[in-house]
Amino acid sequence: MTKLNSKIPEGKLKDKWSNYKAHQNLVNPANKRKIDIIVVGTGLAGGAAAASLAELGFKVKNFCYQDSPRRAHSIAAQGGINAAKNYPNDGDTVYRLFYDTIKGGDYRSREANVYRLAEVSNSIIDQGVAQGIPFAREYGGLLANRSFGGALVSRTFYARGQTGQQLLLGAYSALSRQIGLGNVTMYSRTELMDIVIVDGKARGIVTRNLITGKIESHFGHAVVLATGGYGNTFFLSTNAMGSNGSAAWKAYKKGAFFANPSFVQIHPTAIPQHGEFQSKLTLMSESLRNDGRIWVPKKLEDAKAIREGKLKPEDLPDEDRDFYLERRYPAFGNLVPRDVAARAAKERTDKGYGIENNPTKEGVFLDFKYAIERLGKDAIEEKYGNLFQMYEKITADDPYKTPMKIFPAIHYTMGGIWVDYELQTTVPGLFVAGEANFSDHGANRLGASALMQGLADGYFVLPYTIQNYLAYEIGTERMNPAEHEEFKKAEKDVEALIDKLMSIKGTKSVDYFHKKLGKVMWNNVGMERNEKGLKEAIEKIQEIKKEFWSDLKIPGEKNSLNVELEKANRVADFIEIGELMARDALNRDESCGGHFRSEHITEDGEAKRNDKDFMYVAAWEYKGENEEPVLHKEPLSYEEIEVKTRNYKTA
Amino acid sequence: MSAKTINIKLKVWRQKDANSKGGFEDYQLENISTASSFLEMMDVLNEKLVNENKEPVAFDHDCREGICGMCSMFINGRAHGPDTLVTTCQLHMRTFKDGETIVIEPWRTGGFPVIKDLMVDRTAYEKIMQAGGFVSVNTGGVPDANAIPIPKHDADEAMDAASCIGCGACVATCKNSSAMLFVAAKVSQLALLPQGRVEASKRAKNMVAVMDELGFGNCSNTGACEMECPKGISLAHIARLNREFLSANIKG
Amino acid sequence: MSNFISSSIGKKLILSLSGLFLITFLLIHLIANLFLLGGSDAFNTAVHFMDTNPVIQIMQPILALGFVVHILYGVIIQLQNWKATPVNYKTVNQKESSKWSARNMIWLGLFVLAFLLIHLGNYFYVMKFAPHDMGSTLVDGVEMHDAYSLVTGLFTNPSFGVIYSIIYIIGFVALGLHLNHAFWSAFQTIGWSNDVWRKRLSTIGTLYAILIAVGFSIIPLYFLFIK
Repeated sequence: MTKLNSKIPEGKLKDKWSNYKAHQNLVNPANKRKIDIIVVGTGLAGGAAAASLAELGFKVKNFCYQDSPRRAHSIAAQGGINAAKNYPNDGDTVYRLFYDTIKGGDYRSREANVYRLAEVSNSIIDQGVAQGIPFAREYGGLLANRSFGGALVSRTFYARGQTGQQLLLGAYSALSRQIGLGNVTMYSRTELMDIVIVDGKARGIVTRNLITGKIESHFGHAVVLATGGYGNTFFLSTNAMGSNGSAAWKAYKKGAFFANPSFVQIHPTAIPQHGEFQSKLTLMSESLRNDGRIWVPKKLEDAKAIREGKLKPEDLPDEDRDFYLERRYPAFGNLVPRDVAARAAKERTDKGYGIENNPTKEGVFLDFKYAIERLGKDAIEEKYGNLFQMYEKITADDPYKTPMKIFPAIHYTMGGIWVDYELQTTVPGLFVAGEANFSDHGANRLGASALMQGLADGYFVLPYTIQNYLAYEIGTERMNPAEHEEFKKAEKDVEALIDKLMSIKGTKSVDYFHKKLGKVMWNNVGMERNEKGLKEAIEKIQEIKKEFWSDLKIPGEKNSLNVELEKANRVADFIEIGELMARDALNRDESCGGHFRSEHITEDGEAKRNDKDFMYVAAWEYKGENEEPVLHKEPLSYEEIEVKTRNYKTA
Repeated sequence: MSAKTINIKLKVWRQKDANSKGGFEDYQLENISTASSFLEMMDVLNEKLVNENKEPVAFDHDCREGICGMCSMFINGRAHGPDTLVTTCQLHMRTFKDGETIVIEPWRTGGFPVIKDLMVDRTAYEKIMQAGGFVSVNTGGVPDANAIPIPKHDADEAMDAASCIGCGACVATCKNSSAMLFVAAKVSQLALLPQGRVEASKRAKNMVAVMDELGFGNCSNTGACEMECPKGISLAHIARLNREFLSANIKG
Repeated sequence: MSNFISSSIGKKLILSLSGLFLITFLLIHLIANLFLLGGSDAFNTAVHFMDTNPVIQIMQPILALGFVVHILYGVIIQLQNWKATPVNYKTVNQKESSKWSARNMIWLGLFVLAFLLIHLGNYFYVMKFAPHDMGSTLVDGVEMHDAYSLVTGLFTNPSFGVIYSIIYIIGFVALGLHLNHAFWSAFQTIGWSNDVWRKRLSTIGTLYAILIAVGFSIIPLYFLFIK
């Protein structure tokens, strides 16, 4: 029988969070300072949680692999953050934000968690303004909003095209304050290597100092992972180069269940890749779809001429352009959810209408000509100036004059470590927040919701729910890792892993394996999946794993700064994550959200869900090296929502 | 833009660790696509070095889209290389000519000691931020976001300052190793907004005090920081910092 | 207060205020010097006025203090700045990011200082401490020192007049370059600048620098070529 207890509070949906807070256990102020909390990650979820917990009086140890907490990849989010403020008076409510998020996630997220997310969304904006985040404003001095994919209201707050940066710097400022006050001890350039379990509870972590290579242990009464997603399993993604799934994977191996690993978001508007040496993909904010129109040529010969540089896209007359999103989805047009927009682009390029001159001919146009005609160049520059500048720096094309080229790219992972309503995993004392958990976005995340979820978890959920656990831990004395058997054993295991990696002394670099894995993932576990491809992927990934552990080459030493060793440690985990993703995708024999099985499509090519058999969260339990993981199902039920087929053709 | 390929020579600073002496190493790379980013070129170099069983060049980088502020190379005598308003990761190889020699050095300033090769330690920036780069509010219990209207012009100017990515190019390019643009960006952003105004004096004093303690140089207004800042943060913010600092001290 | 004075911005405030004081002095000095163009009586009258005016007399030690403070703080700030950059780049290309004069304020300043010392030896010392080396002259019945001959004598001296004039002009060109950056920079340090005023103040600064450099240089040129 399943071990999953999602601990959803009693009561009506809208009362659950209030009820929970009213009845949960709290830790009294005198005891808080006797309690250590480890927070791994300094992004929106981690940074916000570390700062908020320290403000409450807990002693926090915060870790990041970068040189500063301010570098976490939340910083790269461009477009905005949703909140149900209804400032524009266009009919938004908490319920509507909740409903849009559930619907956008294609009915594969947990209702109570999503409702809570919508409920606390407004507080995030208040908090941000109080921290001095310079959100965009109207001339009257009040906050401005823009619309985003998958919604019929304007509920997205933004700070130019740098919303993630500003929100992160807000959390970072709060964190810096707590570091300065001595309530948070910051460990930067430090990577998590393992999680330490003592008597069934998470009690600490083992880390590697990335400069000296030193292996160290840290104790905490509870451990919070806010380590982001595992999109880099695909090698090419919009994630940062260092973004990795290792912390989540170590947690999985220590008994936390991994939920819906195959739910990956493919973002429709990244800059197409230029060639073999491409190291990452750069996103162009989804907000651009507000004013840009997406098209490919109607005729194959025009597409070919554009690829070959014989025809300039701006010279192609309107009647020869196929605005395929507006054609297929008249109600939402260019603002359909990400998965829909991404697949529509793939559909066109698969048929040969791609316009980019790269090996895969992958690319479609995002055109601002019409918006510039309608609003003027100044208005467009005001809204998107920095994005246009960034695009021009990368491609040497001027998007004011010629349409942008875009193509879908791996962007976000909705899947992650399984957590209950309290954000606690199946390992007591181990909590997971932000992108690293699975709970709020179902099979597809709406734009401007990642920032919302990360900050909701970090500021307004975890600081409450973790106390319900810690209230029972006030009697637990701080442990000294140097003298504790479990810590010593964990350190030894980490040393052994590093020695094993260093001693392979093969012939191939880490990147060789990572790129190879990425290709398998993109081709077989990417935008379109099927049984044959997924089975093939599992086989291929197992081969890559074997080759990795027999032919990897890492120059340098383990006891110093060794970038190749860092990467090897992460890629070793990516290989295993990739396999679990394929397994999960294979198990989920339906199409939903970003998970698109070509065996399950409607007559007009849309994703076809199977609610009867698959309305559940697939949570995988690790059973040991070379053992098949075991699937646990958390059934999803919707009390306040009628489950429908997503439809973006008509409102 | 159609891409072509170029051959280049590299002169790269190699230094084993903080205590070693270090020196330049020469490398040669062929067939680099001009559509590649500078760091993708470095990836090619490192892949080559690993295949030759040599240690790859260590350099800081992460987001590779010009926002995390981690990348930090001094290329051909300029912070983030010969292009304006870009970070190293956004610099593209089309900026260089076939056959060109490219000199790559780490940030060189007393405030940012070298860790290894092209990596430097920017902890000093953290300490400055911890001294006052925040508004002292705790999570929760804050007023409604629209409770205080803020003139759009002020919000926009605050946003200009807030776009600082903390990369350190301003200090790296400054002949005085002054951190004034970095400090000014934060002080100015928060001084412009009513939420930050409350403790503006204290903030200016504390952040400048820590900046001075950490051994950064004195600003002589050459303006190089502004020109090399990947986000184009204006010297006007330094003027505002000076104003804030002076008035804070006059008020006592 | 001592924290304030020893802070980086505090030191720069002293540098900029003393600099602005010296900038004002330069204008007065230039006006006085331009009397040279009006001939012997005009200049000697002006010098006599300065010599006997109590305000000027009070201002003189303050001016000297202004110089000392400006030079002292300029040097202290520069020494700290060198210390802040222990290792230099192998390749530096700052042509596109800043003005040459802005980067070389210390050298321009020290060059001007050297010139100042020569200048003080030639004129100020004589006028102040060895006035009897000058002849005397009568203007409108008042006896006064013949400073005019002392000054013009140096420019028109047959053996070193030309070289002296060239040194004099180079000295003021250096001062002009120093001022070209200094003027706006002083306001920036006080905090009296923003994106709009920066352009205005820079332009005024450049015009002022030209005025000083050209204004002072006219004098030797006048005596070499016209007189």
